[in-house]
Amino acid sequence: MDADLTVEGDDKIELKGSGIIAAIKASGIEFILSVPDIVTSGGLLRPIARDPQFKLIRVCKEDECIGIASGLHYCDKRALTLIQHTGFLDSINAIRGVAVEFAQPICMMIGLLQHDPTTAPRASPRYGVRIVEPILDAMGIPHHLINEDADVAKIRPAIEVAYAKSFPVALLIGRRPSAS
Amino acid sequence: MMKRDDCFRALARHLGDEIVVATYSSAVDWLELGERTLNYFSVGAMGLDSSHALGLALGRPDRRVVCLQGDGSLLMNLGSLVTIAAAAPRNLVHMVVQNGTYEANGGHPIPNAATDFAAMARAAGYAQVHDFAELASFEQQAGHVLKQDGPVFATLRVERSKPLSYDYPRLYDPARRAALKAALRRRP
Repeated sequence: MDADLTVEGDDKIELKGSGIIAAIKASGIEFILSVPDIVTSGGLLRPIARDPQFKLIRVCKEDECIGIASGLHYCDKRALTLIQHTGFLDSINAIRGVAVEFAQPICMMIGLLQHDPTTAPRASPRYGVRIVEPILDAMGIPHHLINEDADVAKIRPAIEVAYAKSFPVALLIGRRPSAS
Repeated sequence: MMKRDDCFRALARHLGDEIVVATYSSAVDWLELGERTLNYFSVGAMGLDSSHALGLALGRPDRRVVCLQGDGSLLMNLGSLVTIAAAAPRNLVHMVVQNGTYEANGGHPIPNAATDFAAMARAAGYAQVHDFAELASFEQQAGHVLKQDGPVFATLRVERSKPLSYDYPRLYDPARRAALKAALRRRP
């Protein structure tokens, strides 16, 4: 069995991968740039990899996504960086330089690895999760928590604002999206 | 052993509407040859040159993209060799200027100046790989290299240059970025 198909504790709240993918498509995203993330692996990355509407670029390290997305933006192509929060932390300098200082609309969908979705990320007992939102705040990067189906409506407006203002945005995936 | 500015002069003789991505010392030497709207210098973080170039190549498959990357920069983003080879853009020419030093950071040596970058690119799966150490050879083949189906990789083995002046505000001028974006919106 694939690791991403194992079941986590079920708190009865749903986050459907299909809804997120529909919102990504509605946002005009053509390219998905990704290093696999166990939070989004089954519900997002696998279906995206099968979807002919997306061009999936598998990269070796997350900061590559930031450069690739910038190059694509110069060509008026929209991209979504799909990574986990450890990769976000590893890419801080690229995000600082490319996305913030050069004001590029780098759109990041970030899985919060080992996050308990019944708690707020800032209150997570996991240090790596707890620091994500404060770091984004310190960098002045808007962020939105996508924790249940009702949050999916935030995705398209957030991406549209990023491109309208030419500034980055982070969409934090707080629980494993279902593969349906 | 070649000189970087001699290599770039040879390269420039064959360039037309290619997008050129360059940073640090390569950007300084490239800009010495004259302003071009289709220059892309705002890489933002050392090592990302090759990734920006990949994004441009994927976004505009109708244009050639030339990346002039330093050896220290590529060492910070070695995975991009594998990513580029897998994405396989036919319009990308990736040149690595190998002088064995972090020239813009005080001229300190890279961890292993004898690193065989061409062998790495070949192993990663680039379609075409070259390794130039003689200017006459590069001058003779530069035009051919630029036209090959990519991804193309070429090492340019050069000596350390004279100390350069790094005018980063000029390189990273927002007006330069805006002009590039506008130029890319005008279809050839």
